[in-house]
Parts: sequence; C-alpha cells; structure tokens
Amino acid sequence: MRQDANSSVKVAWLSALLATLMFASPARADAPLNYLTSHSDRADAVLHLTWGVMGISVVVMAAIGVLLTVSIWRRPGLAEPQPGMRLAVGPREGGLSWLWIGVGVSGLALLATVVWTVDVLAGLAEPAEGAPFTIEVTGHQWWWHVRYLSDDPSRIFTTANEIHIPTGVPVRFKLASGDVIHSFWVPALSGKTDLIPGQTNELWLEARDAGTYRGQCAEYCGIEHARMGLIVVAQSPAAFRTWWDHQLQSPAPPPDASAMQSFDMRCGSCHAVRGTAASGVLGPDLSHLMQRKTIAAGLLANTERNRLHWIDDPQAIKPGSLMPAPELTPHELAVIDGYLETLR
Amino acid sequence: MSDAAIRPHAELPVGAIGSRASGWWAMIFTIFTEGSLFAYLLFSYYYIAAQPHLPGTFPQGGVPSLALALPNTIVLLISSGFVAWAQTGVERNDKKRLALGLLIGCLLGIVFLIVQYFEWAGKSFPLASSPYSSLYFVVTGFHMAHVVVGVLVLAALWFWSRRGYFNNVRFAHVHIGAIYWHFVDAVWIAVFFTFYITPLLGLGA
Amino acid sequence: MSSITDYERMPDVAEAERRGLAQEMQRLWETGPGVRGWLSTVDHKEIGLRYIVTAFAFLIAGGVEALIFRLQLAGPNEHLLTPEQYDQLFTVHGMTMIFLYAGPVLSGFSNYLWPLLLGARDMALPRLNALSYWIYLCAGVFLYAAFAIGFGPNDGWFNYVPLAARAFNGGPNIDFYALGMILLGISTTVGAINFIVTFLRMRAPGMTINRVPILIWGTLTASAANVFAIPAVSLAFFLLWMDRNLGTHFFDTAAGGQALLWQHLFWMFGHPWVYAIVLPAMGMVSDGLPVFCRRPLVGAPAVALATVATMVLGFGVWVHHMFATGLPTISLSFFSAASIIIALPSAVGVFAWLATIWTGRPVFTTAFLFFASFILLFTIGGVSGFMTGSLPVDWQLTDTYFVVAHIHYVLIGINVFPVAGAIYFWFPKFTGRMLDERLGRWNFWLMFAGFNIGFFPMHIAGLLGMPRRIYTYADGMGWDWVNLTITAGSFVFAFGVLLLIANVVRSVKAGRFAGANPWDAPTLEWATSSPPPPYNFVVIPTVGGAHPLWEDRLGTEGETSHTRAGLVLDHGREAIGTTPVDAEPNVILKMPGDSLSPLCLALAATALFVGLLLLAWWLVALSLLGIGASILVWLWPRARLGETAGGAHV
Repeated sequence: MRQDANSSVKVAWLSALLATLMFASPARADAPLNYLTSHSDRADAVLHLTWGVMGISVVVMAAIGVLLTVSIWRRPGLAEPQPGMRLAVGPREGGLSWLWIGVGVSGLALLATVVWTVDVLAGLAEPAEGAPFTIEVTGHQWWWHVRYLSDDPSRIFTTANEIHIPTGVPVRFKLASGDVIHSFWVPALSGKTDLIPGQTNELWLEARDAGTYRGQCAEYCGIEHARMGLIVVAQSPAAFRTWWDHQLQSPAPPPDASAMQSFDMRCGSCHAVRGTAASGVLGPDLSHLMQRKTIAAGLLANTERNRLHWIDDPQAIKPGSLMPAPELTPHELAVIDGYLETLR
Repeated sequence: MSDAAIRPHAELPVGAIGSRASGWWAMIFTIFTEGSLFAYLLFSYYYIAAQPHLPGTFPQGGVPSLALALPNTIVLLISSGFVAWAQTGVERNDKKRLALGLLIGCLLGIVFLIVQYFEWAGKSFPLASSPYSSLYFVVTGFHMAHVVVGVLVLAALWFWSRRGYFNNVRFAHVHIGAIYWHFVDAVWIAVFFTFYITPLLGLGA
Repeated sequence: MSSITDYERMPDVAEAERRGLAQEMQRLWETGPGVRGWLSTVDHKEIGLRYIVTAFAFLIAGGVEALIFRLQLAGPNEHLLTPEQYDQLFTVHGMTMIFLYAGPVLSGFSNYLWPLLLGARDMALPRLNALSYWIYLCAGVFLYAAFAIGFGPNDGWFNYVPLAARAFNGGPNIDFYALGMILLGISTTVGAINFIVTFLRMRAPGMTINRVPILIWGTLTASAANVFAIPAVSLAFFLLWMDRNLGTHFFDTAAGGQALLWQHLFWMFGHPWVYAIVLPAMGMVSDGLPVFCRRPLVGAPAVALATVATMVLGFGVWVHHMFATGLPTISLSFFSAASIIIALPSAVGVFAWLATIWTGRPVFTTAFLFFASFILLFTIGGVSGFMTGSLPVDWQLTDTYFVVAHIHYVLIGINVFPVAGAIYFWFPKFTGRMLDERLGRWNFWLMFAGFNIGFFPMHIAGLLGMPRRIYTYADGMGWDWVNLTITAGSFVFAFGVLLLIANVVRSVKAGRFAGANPWDAPTLEWATSSPPPPYNFVVIPTVGGAHPLWEDRLGTEGETSHTRAGLVLDHGREAIGTTPVDAEPNVILKMPGDSLSPLCLALAATALFVGLLLLAWWLVALSLLGIGASILVWLWPRARLGETAGGAHV
C-alpha cells in the first residue's frame, strides 16, 4: 500500500519533469549557452537544485491548472447574470479549508526549497581548495581582457576573449571592469558573476570534461552587449601547461619586417603583440592570435575571410564597436593580415 | 428605515475643526515620504562612508567643525519651540501670540539659513570635488531647500493670522504648517548627527 | 440656512427619492461647462477615466514598440533595426509599460472606483487628485518627447550606472529619463497620499475596517508602499542627474563613487513597485471574481491580510535583483530565503480564488474568463519568481529570457488580464452600456492564447541561455524556433488587445443599456445609477456588512445597510468624514470646488523640469515662482470651505 503511494508520487514527479524536458531537451543539445547541462561538480549541485525547483514549479502549475479547470466546469451557473438571482451559498459560506490545506502544503514546499537552497549555497560558499592559479578578467566594451597571474612574474601573460583552463581543478577568477558593469557567464560551468568597476569579484570555475564552452556577457553594457562573447577551452592539465608555456613566448618575427611595421603603425596604439613595439591596451592583446578560435569577442570564426572583413570595416560587422575603420588600402589590408597570420 | 441606524449620535463639526482636516493627514504622509527621502540620502552617505577611503578624504578636510553647526542647531530647535508656542496660542484664541510665535519662528529659520550660508562658504572644497563633497552639499542642500519652504510656509501663516483668519476652532492651516516645520527641524538633527557627530565617533576615518 | 458661523450641525436624514434633492445635488456637484470646466474638474470619475484612457494610449505605444523589436528578434542576424534603435525601443518599452501604463491604469480604476466602493462623494483631496493626473500626463509627454526627437532612454529601464553616466552616455537621453521619472514620482506620491487619506476619512458610515472591499486594500497597500519607496528612485535619478550635469561623484566609480549604490536605491524602490502595480489588480479580481461565482470571496480577511503581508515582505527582498553582484553569501542567503517565503501570502490569494470558484456557481462572462485565467497566469508568474528566488538557481536564470518571461507573466498576467476583466466588469458602470460579450470571447481567447504562445516559450529561450537585451543573435545558438514562436504569439496577443479596444470603442455608443447593477453585484458602486451622477450618491449610504446589496440573500446577522435613505449633505459640496477604524461619522467635510490650480501647478512643475533639462536657470527660477504662486492660491484659506474664522457656511 505504502509502496503504491510512493510509486505514484514518483510517477507524478517523473511526468512533471518529463513535461519540462519535452520542452527543453530537444533544443538543449544545439544551444551552446544552455544551462541544463553541466560540466563541473560545482555546477552539478546547482543543476540538481534547478531541476528540483523546476519540478516543484511544474507540479504546482499543473495542480493549479487542473483544480482551476475542474472548478470552472464542475457546477456552472446561469449563462447570463440576472438581477436578484440566487447566490451559490447561504450565510455559512464555507471553503475555508482550501486556505488551510493550500497554504499549508505551499508552506512546506517553500520551506523545503529554502533548506535545499541554503544547503547548496553552503557548499558553494566554501572557497574551492587547490586552486593552482588565478585568472584576472577585466570587462571592456565589448571584449574581455584576460590576464594569467602567477607568483613567478615571468609566467604572467595577457590574452583576450578566449580562456584556457585545465580540467579537473578549480580555477580562481578575479573579475573587474574597465568601464561599465558586465557579467561573466559560462553557463555550462557556472552561474553569472558581475564585473563591476571599483570592485573585484571572485569566482571559481571548474571543468570536469575537456571541451570548448561558450560564454557571454550577461549584463546589458551598451550598444554591442549582444556580441560580447567569450570562449572557455578546458584541456588536460598537460595540454594546458603546454599552452601556457607557448603563450609566454614572443611570436616568431615575421619574414617580412615591413609588415610588422605597418601593423605597429596602424594597429599598435590599441593592440599589443608580446615582444614587439605594438603595446596598445585599448583593444585585445593579439599575441598568438592565430591560436584563437574566434575574433571580435566570440563573434566570428577566426578565418582569413572574416579577419579581412573585420579589419576592413568593423562598424559593418559590429556597429558601435570602439574599433574604428582603419581605412586601409587592399594592399595594406593583405599585408597586415599576413602579419597576423604569423602570430601563432 | 430606521433613522436611528443612520443618524449620528450627536451634532457633527462642519469643516476643518482643530487639526481634524484631510490636509493634516495629507501632511503626515507627506512627512513620511519626505522622511524616507532623507533616510535614503543618509543611507547613501553611510553606504559610501563604509567603503575604504584614503586618509583625510572622508570626511574631506577632516572632521567638520561644530563652531557654527552646533549653535545653528539650537537656533532651529528654539524656532520650533516658538512655533509650538504659537500653536497652543491659537488653540486658546490668543491671536497675538499666534502671530508673534510664527513671526519669531520664521525669523529664526532665516537666521539658520544665513548661518548655513557661512558654513557652506567656509568649506575648502566645492560640490564637484569628491563623493564626500557631493554628499555634504547635496544632503545639507536638500535640507536647506526644506528650510526655505518651511520659512515661506511660516511667512504665509503669519500673514494669514495677521488678517485674522484663524481662531480656536479654525486653525488647521496653522497645525499643518507647523508640523512640517517641526519635521524640518527633526530632520536636521539626523543630518547634523550624520555629518558632524559620526566622524567624531570614528566613521569613515 | 443662515450665513453665520456654523461650527456644528446635525445632518438631515432623507429618502434618496425626496423631491428636488437629486437636482440640488446635481447643481452643487456638476462640473462647469466648456473647456474651462474640462480643465478644472476635480470629479474623481472624470479623472479616473482620463487616467485609464491615457494609460491605454501608453499601452498601445509600448506594445507597438515591442512588436517592432520582436520582428527584429524573429530570426537570427536580422537587420531591421540598428543596435541603437533596438536599445531605445526596448528601454522605452519597459519604461512605458512599467511606469506609464501599469501603475497609472490601476490609479485610474482606483480613482474611479474608490469613492463609489466606499460610499463617498469624492476622494478626500479632489484637487490633489487632479494634480496627480496632470503631472502624470506631463511626465508621460516629457518622457516621450525624448523618444520623439531621437533621444529616448537607452540603457534599460533600470538604467544601471556607470553605463548611464555622462562618460558612457553623452546624449540627453538619460537626462530626459532621470528628470521625467522624478516628475512622474511626484504624481505617484501625491496620488498615493490621496488614497491613504481617503481610506482613513471617507468610508461611508458603518464601513468598519473588516467591511472594506479587497480592491481598497490592494490600492491602499500599494499607496503606502509608494509613499516609502518612491523617494528612493526619485533620489537615485536626481543624484544621477547631478552626476551628469553638475559634476558630483555619487556613482562615479573613477572618483570613489559607488556603482552598486544605484542598484540598492533603484531596487529598494523597484521591488515594492512591482507589488504596487499588481496588488490593486489582484484586489480587482478579489472583488470581481466572486460576483461571477455567485458567492462572497472565500477567506476575504485572510486575503486582505495577505495583501498587506506581501507588501511588508516586499520591502525586504530587493537584493534578489542583485544576486550576481558579488555581495557576501551570508546576506544573499537571507534575501534568498525571504524571496522564496514571500510566495506564501500569494498562495493565500490563489487558494482563496480557487475555493471561491469551486464552491460557487460560475457564470461564464468575459470578465469571469479574464479573472479566472488570471489565477493560472499568476501561478506561472509566481513559480518562476520562486525559482529565481533560489539564489544558486538565479545565478543561471538572471539576465536571461527566463526573467523576461517572469516579468511578463507578472505584469501581463497579474496586471493586464485583471485590467481587461475589470474593463468588462465595470464598463457598464463607467458608461451605462454593456460591452459586447461575443466579441469579448474572441477578445479573451486571442489574448489568452497569444499571450501564452508568445511568452511561455520565453522561459525556454532563457533555459537555452538566451540573454536579455540583445539586439540580435547568431544562428546556431538554438534559439531560432523559439524566437519565431514568441514573435508570432506576441502578434496574436496584440490582435487580442486590439479587439478589446475595438469592443470598447463600439460599445460606448452602441452597447446594450446596463441598469444600475447589471451583474447583480454586492458592493456600493452598484447601488447608484450607471454612469453615476457627479455626486455619486444622493444620500450617504450606511454600511452594515461587506456585501451591502446581497444582505437579503446572505442572511446577515445584526446590522443592515441602507442605500435608499441616508444623510443629506446639501449645504454646498459636502461629504461625510468618518473615523479611521470604526467609520463613525465625525465631521461634515467641506469639499473644494473645481479649480485651475492643479493644472497651473502641474504646468509650472513641468516647466521646472524642462528648465533643469536645458540647464536654463532663468526658467527654473520662473517655474519655482509659478509653483509657489499656484500653491498659495490653492491653499489660501476660504470662508466657503470653513477654513477661516469668518464662518463655516455661506
């Protein structure tokens, strides 16, 4: 008997979850920013809680919907109201038991949610142990400045818009802003944390599985907020180590020195390339650009065609972007892109 | 129909009697909303004060001097006293006392404004120099604007009382104006405490 | 009666039908003719209707804006709008719906209905009522003027700094927004004070505190909240305006100002405001739904208490809008728990409404359909709010379309649907004619279907990671079909709203005549003719229970209500004032006549804000003089109103 009750509760829960899944699941696989899948232990707890509160919500919606529908068609009155018509009840009106039961059940569900929430929070509030290093992310309109910190100054380097982390360990992030409020969000790994000028926020990211995870600015930050994306690449600790070492190197000098000069002159006051005269800080650091999967803050795949198009007329691609059209001749354009292609 | 169920038990006052006026209630709630405004202003002060500051920047120029502010606070309190004296005067149908109390209250309000002017002029920093300067001038400025309104209210009441408009039954205007003035004075205590006393207690240093 | 000082009087008692009484009342209370009369009226019914019509004009504007940007979002990489156009559209849409429609439309209903529900002749402060409307209109025009000349607000309706600071937004867009919002705040505040004073003073004799309709509780609680909350946002906008124009550093992070101070001030206001724009609407359902269930509301006192409790708790949850700002987890947990628990009073309402239908005999009118469907929409908006209340979950949900879905289920589900129901319910009272029920069914089903097709998928867009406030999105994000559905649904919904407006326009002239009480409803507004005369009630009703017109059938014990006979107050415009709790008559109020002062004051106040916008100090000074003069004329003691020692009655 008791088992029956138990299983019927289970069935109710499962069908509620199923209903939600029906909406979300088919699409989930193709939506890189969805947060119904998680790839870290820290995110798992949140995900379970999310499914839990969503399950409660679906059950409540369904229950109220059914009660409402039945109550409406259970005992209909007249088609048209008439003056002086009979009322449905007399002096002893009744119906109060609904309040006691309804509010009681709701109260229990709410209380349980509070307890579960606080429990999950307690787990998250603990600073992750064993964070081997810190990444400093500074939000800018509309790109991400990324700096890898280390106790050894020679191992510090700067990059942009693409963050690599090793799998299996929590990495500490220090989040700040260079202008307005942004929000750092990599849905598959963690919830949002704002980047606020004048303060530094902390976040731990951890990826269980190697892979490429999309991120996005989540706080409206002006005209190109829509296109302030980022990428997190999680790789095995060994591969990550190799990657870091490589980032520390200056790119090999290009065969054509004049190309580098063109770049320095036309681009170098905003962009930097490690180990060269180009040392601007207004735009993303471009050292090792060719290793990045995207350009323009996650907007375009890093292909020759896209690069040429972007450099030639950024305003056509990302209107309002702070990168001006440099008004290059086709020749200059080709030369500069040729130089960029050497930044491996 | 039973008249008894409908008719009041006694004769009813007609129009505003004493302070029993809709306007009096409206003023009470105006004071609630204005009081909230000052609460939010002071919240802003404490919020910014609680952040880390470089030494000497909060309060800018060191702890503010009480030399003018303290006597000025007393001026405002005395002014409130005279207005209260005028209020009890009109309740006793003493129209001379009403007019005199309002006049003195109003003049003391003007004295407060003049002293505040010198207090402002003595500051070594302008409005736009820092968060502290912004807070200082805007909060005390908000209060000064309220004092100006209060002085005008007292002046109008004085003028009306000189025309013989009020007596021991019809004095709602007086009480409505006076309660505003008492509120302006009470708010000053909070502003004074925040800007002049809390730095002495070590806030923001 | 003589013109000698008349400090006390025993009012007459008479039958409403007494010969000549109605004509005398008409003469005393009728608004003067012509344009002057139109501009100077203080009749709460006139003002209420103006509020509703103006709010609907803004609803249409805001809706059209939304339809335009929904076209932009219908598919990936659309180029219908530039990013700047999109940003202005979504910001102005939010500003319009939240500030210029949702609050004012409820003020309109409350203005019209309060004195009728309370058995009163007018609001306590009729001229303040007129002022509140005029300033609302001026503020709306002021804010839309910005949009019309291409400088509409463009940083989102909550306008975070430092994005809204001069350094990142150099145009006049935000100056318009800041000043317009302060102006609008004045309107809301004086309106709120008026409701509170009316509640305390103007209830018919016998309407003790437990006999007050729920709508009154809704508006009262909202008004009390506004009194305390509006200063926060007005101050925030004023400080921002100072930062932008006078070089102060409140929010200037480069100089030690605080970006989060804005968020605290904004949401200390913002969250109570959300309740302020739904509680009166829930009150309308609580009063309207039972009429069509043919029974009193189940647990009415509990619902009234829950209304108040929601508002009180509503002041303690503002931080849930700031869960991702990096505040300490301990304090966030507190706000998270509060944000979940706040659902409890809402549950009281939901089960009270459900029980009312369950134990009643529902009559299927269009109004009933809107009210009943509201329960479901309220539940959906409620549970999505409950989800975002859970802090770790919110870290994912916040700033995605899930929150967009939530806010629309709240604002459309709990404001627009009850308002539509209220129009069907009270239109006969407003105009003396019925709305068309057949058109009404089409209207309801299109709105209901369109709304759910258009807005439910937003939850899914959110779960699939679509951030809010993006002007476009790339393909391959998995959001294409869901956005197309949303756009299609929103057009269906818009068409439904169009049918509502068409029904109103058609029925004003051609609707079937309604009697005084076409729905056989129990409250006092149905005791007078439709539309009501300027004085509302020939004689003052006396109230013996919560359902004065159903007493014969409910079989009340003890006191009975009287609507056909009552106090006669005919020495000029007079109303009865009663005690705040027991509603014992304690004063005969002298009510002001029509006046141009409110309009003058509103215009002078608007000129002041124009002066501040242009930094034209001469205009500021001139406006201040105008404001002072208007107030002085307004408040000048009058013998006719019994305000001077000269005599109470002439």
